Amino acid sequence: MLTFKVGTLARHLGVHRNTVTNWIKKGKLKASPAPAKRYTISKREFTKFCETVNIPGETMENLFRETSGRTQDKKESREDLKIPGGEKLIGSVMVVGGGIAGIQAAMELADSGYYVYLIEKTSGIGGTMAQLDKTFPANDCASCIILPKLVECGRHGNIELLVLSGVESVEGSAGHFNIRVKKKPRYIDTDKCIACGICAEKCPITVKDEFNFNISKKKAAYIKYDQSVPLKYAIEPSACIYFTLGKCRACEKFCPTGAVNFKQSNEIIDINVGAVILAPGFKPFDPSKYDFFGYHIIKDVVTSLEYERLLSVSGPNRGALLRPSDDMEPRKIAWLQCVGSRNHNNCGNSYCSNICCTAAVKQSMTSLEHIKGRDLERTVFFMDLRSQGKESERYFEKAKKENVRFVRALPHTVEPGKDGTGVRMGYMDEQGRVMVETFDMVVLSIGFEAPADALMLAELFDIELDRHNFARTSCFEPVETSREGVYAIGAFQSPKAIPRSVVQASCAAASASRLLMEKRGTLAKTKIYPRERNIQGEPPLVGVFVCSCGLNIAGTVDVERVVEYAAQLPYVAYVENNLFSCSADAQESIIEKIQEFQLNRIVIAACTPRTHEPMFQETLKSARLNRFMVEMANIRNQNSWVHQEDSIGATQKAKDQVRMAVAKVANNYPLQQERIKVVQKALVVGGGVVGMNSALTLSGLGIETRLIEKGDFLGGNALKLETCFKEEAVKPMVVDLIRRVNQDKKIKVYKKTTLESVSGSLGNFHGCLNISGESETIDFGAAIMATGAKEATPCEYLYGESSKVMTHMEFDVNILYNQNEVNKAQSVVFIQCVGSREPQRPYCSRVCCIHSVKAAVTLKKDNPGIKVYILYRDIRTYGEWEEYYKEARDLGVLFIRYETYGKPLVKKKGDHLKIDVFDPIARRQVRITADYLVLASGVIANDNKNLADLFKFTMNPDGFFNGAHPKLKPVDLSQAGLFLAGLCNYPKPLDESIEEARAAACRVVTLLTQKEIKSEAIKAFVTDNCDGCAICIDVCPFHALSISTEGNKTNQARVKVVTDSALCQGCGLCAATCPNEGIMVHGFTVKQLLAQVRAAINGFVPKKEC
Amino acid sequence: MTPRFEPVIIGFLCNWCSYTGADLAGVARLQYPPNLRPIRVMCTGMVHPDLVTEAFASGADGVLIMGCHPGECHYFKGNIKAAARAKVISIILRASGVDPRRFELNWISSAEASVFAKLITEFTMRIVKLGPHKVAP
Repeated sequence: MLTFKVGTLARHLGVHRNTVTNWIKKGKLKASPAPAKRYTISKREFTKFCETVNIPGETMENLFRETSGRTQDKKESREDLKIPGGEKLIGSVMVVGGGIAGIQAAMELADSGYYVYLIEKTSGIGGTMAQLDKTFPANDCASCIILPKLVECGRHGNIELLVLSGVESVEGSAGHFNIRVKKKPRYIDTDKCIACGICAEKCPITVKDEFNFNISKKKAAYIKYDQSVPLKYAIEPSACIYFTLGKCRACEKFCPTGAVNFKQSNEIIDINVGAVILAPGFKPFDPSKYDFFGYHIIKDVVTSLEYERLLSVSGPNRGALLRPSDDMEPRKIAWLQCVGSRNHNNCGNSYCSNICCTAAVKQSMTSLEHIKGRDLERTVFFMDLRSQGKESERYFEKAKKENVRFVRALPHTVEPGKDGTGVRMGYMDEQGRVMVETFDMVVLSIGFEAPADALMLAELFDIELDRHNFARTSCFEPVETSREGVYAIGAFQSPKAIPRSVVQASCAAASASRLLMEKRGTLAKTKIYPRERNIQGEPPLVGVFVCSCGLNIAGTVDVERVVEYAAQLPYVAYVENNLFSCSADAQESIIEKIQEFQLNRIVIAACTPRTHEPMFQETLKSARLNRFMVEMANIRNQNSWVHQEDSIGATQKAKDQVRMAVAKVANNYPLQQERIKVVQKALVVGGGVVGMNSALTLSGLGIETRLIEKGDFLGGNALKLETCFKEEAVKPMVVDLIRRVNQDKKIKVYKKTTLESVSGSLGNFHGCLNISGESETIDFGAAIMATGAKEATPCEYLYGESSKVMTHMEFDVNILYNQNEVNKAQSVVFIQCVGSREPQRPYCSRVCCIHSVKAAVTLKKDNPGIKVYILYRDIRTYGEWEEYYKEARDLGVLFIRYETYGKPLVKKKGDHLKIDVFDPIARRQVRITADYLVLASGVIANDNKNLADLFKFTMNPDGFFNGAHPKLKPVDLSQAGLFLAGLCNYPKPLDESIEEARAAACRVVTLLTQKEIKSEAIKAFVTDNCDGCAICIDVCPFHALSISTEGNKTNQARVKVVTDSALCQGCGLCAATCPNEGIMVHGFTVKQLLAQVRAAINGFVPKKEC
Repeated sequence: MTPRFEPVIIGFLCNWCSYTGADLAGVARLQYPPNLRPIRVMCTGMVHPDLVTEAFASGADGVLIMGCHPGECHYFKGNIKAAARAKVISIILRASGVDPRRFELNWISSAEASVFAKLITEFTMRIVKLGPHKVAP
């Protein structure tokens, strides 16, 4: 990439600056605008341009040197990875943007020993994902999967959340940035706010609710959303009448904790960090700018994001699907694809937004759940249906089976329906008939645009953007921006779905971690607690703390009666009522009382343990008690707030809840987190680009790595690739990778090697290698599967019968990169989806469309006289690759769509091929004479069954590995300590594979940099009752149980089940299966649960001796 | 006037979905009758059938088990196992003279606060109609 200023280039070429500007405008000089009044252009393009205008070689050389200076510096410094002035490295990282990508990056870094500042401009983290109703392709509830992550992020000791904040200025360079952050006032003291919502209730002013995309209102004193992190209210100063008119202050008057503080003002914070990760997300396309969509004109036209909120149970309609015009349930809904995407003509967004097709498929399917049992006609209007993600094609097929109608057309007219309700749409169907149809509601599948602050961030951090203002990165360094130490991830890098954003987050964390390695652990904090008191032999002495939560609990529940009642319960030695049990002074009081009364168990009757239990557990630790000696009675969220009309019933229930908690806590016993010693070595299976990238990332982060490859050379599929999709040459990159892997002292390469057997679990795997027939045993703590995939061999279209019929890879090697052959050829035909997206192989291989279209562009550029035809079903040049599709059409490549029932017919005729296909636009059969036929045969999985069986993880029906979670754990396998990356996960281009390689390595490093892994304490354990019947073994979803027949000294071999606590997740499926109470889960033993059950029954008081 | 029958309903709520959904019902101030006695479990799959039979033996008027929707289980298929067990539990209950209508397994996601409130209301009404559960001697 070359970066230049118009003036400079003009001076060098001896022309007027306007001439250069005109060249750019007319497309003669194919440069795209970059920040700071600069332009960028690829070297290849620039050389071509220089040749066309006859610029002497010497001048060209000079230009190269001047314009690419910075890029080369960067490469050199990466090479030796020692930054000048390494002393100055700072062991902390700033993450800008609190969406899922930012959260993942922050957690990854915080877990591996860096202090993280997470900057978010709104009042809470969660980003777009928190606004979604469901996620594809599993239809998982979005909030269910993101909320635990938010809570974890919010209370992470090494993540400092700075909400309502933005970056003001940046100084310094990689390793030591000095960043000034402006934090806007919240007007609510977060230490005091208890999120009771009284401020919002009393606030007289309503404003548009941005969280619901302005389709509903909120108060000027608001919480971003009900589960927001931090769970604190805020005041919107632009709406608050105290700020605009000078009076009101109702919130201040009614706030039970005095949290409202109108005196807060902007805070300027100077932060020193070593690296920065930018994850500002995207800006949804605003269709109101174009009246032909009818948005904001017709009430029943909504955007896909608004529709997401309409579907959400936490949205304005509480999950009831009602159309905006008359609040009636719609019977007929249409989705309009590519609104603001693939639309160069209107909005300049010539890229594809990647996710909208699958998102529309999702919405069409999940809508049904909201109108239980009734009919809903669903129609999706599209240009090309792009379901190229993992499991997405099946998802699309499922929608078709569920009678979702897919119409290949873009409506030309969107008008209001009769009486102002519904929408009337005109479109031309595939047969060329003009159709008019009325829908109750229309959903515009809006695309992604670069975030609103993209330009500002680019200026502040001095990074390059592409011409659509997304961050510019390269294929082989997919998250590195043009500035060292600054990384761009998520939708800011290019439009993408959640899984790849998460992958990029881990990938960027690996890069940042590598940069700051020397300073790992220097700024991360660990809290030290006093030694635990031994309570063995002590009778239960329970302290009960009943929270009033201002009036939140006390307003409904008669707290005094609850306190009196609790004092009479068995084991209870002390009872106290707090105004707010979560306040800092209440914590002090709890610690004091534990010491004063020698309490050994605590019950907190307050809000929900989901948000507050960890805090009380910390308090117990400070009071020298084991943290599992506390139970919470949820008398707010599940009592006072939901029984506001029934004070007597609520009080009775509160007493029962306290009684249940006391009964349980009396049976609690101290639990220790098990420490698992970790073998700090990793195994990477597969020596392709992905395996090598993983190995190098691992070794770069200090992990000794073994790389095994079954063949006798490294490099894999990439050896057969000439350039990647971003036109960067692949061969030098692979050669360099192989050199670095071979030279790396921490990497041991085993060629002609397979894994024969594996035992053990996270932290302690033992494997046996077969190295060309000889065996060797190895130990490793974690492993990455990078076994790749291969190009499918077609069995149709005369493949194998004619030498003129080739697959992609064969064509690349033999023809495309052989200028002579390209010059000789007159006509080339590509057939897409050969064997893909068919019943026997029902998935899309993701790369073939881009590959064919790019090859067509190269052919046309190298030999403009050549005729190129692409026969396709849907062109799936997703994301930024859409530009190639546009370029191909501009260059005159002909695209002819075929259906599976009318596949092209190929015949040999002399030296040529004759291809007959039906052209749906000309509406007639056409015959093409071709010199070459290229078959896009797709990607098929390698035979991985053996590996999957060895490690006990699963594959999908197509032979690709199943990840642990399709959205939030895309590179984790379901077995702890095992990860996957690259093609063995799903077909994908090189840049995405490299992202996964590094992300997987990052996940491994987070585990293995600890000498010991502390496992969760809530795990299954085997009791003396176990008789070895083993019925629990098959039930365990984590393969954590096995049978042990070790005999004891009396020679009576006793068969017993044993648990592997590294694998156990504490779900308790085993416990509920056991007929004998032979296996149970700590914290949820039969005794504990039974005590709760018995205590719950009215009037039933547990006896003293129970 | 005889006091209204206030049944005791024991609810086993899974930590990841239903307990969270129940919390959200509180945040949204959705009202339902105060007869549920919630017990938090990690997964519906850990609820031993003995706990349900014991609850009825101790005098509970109704028992609910609530977990994640199929396919959304935090532990992959704990809820599927729970569903299989629920069928067996119903059979056992009938055999031991407990009206199986007093027991139910339900799916509540963490966002379905309104579904949760509605379910508890309806189930409580059903138990009130059925009257107090008489423990067999």
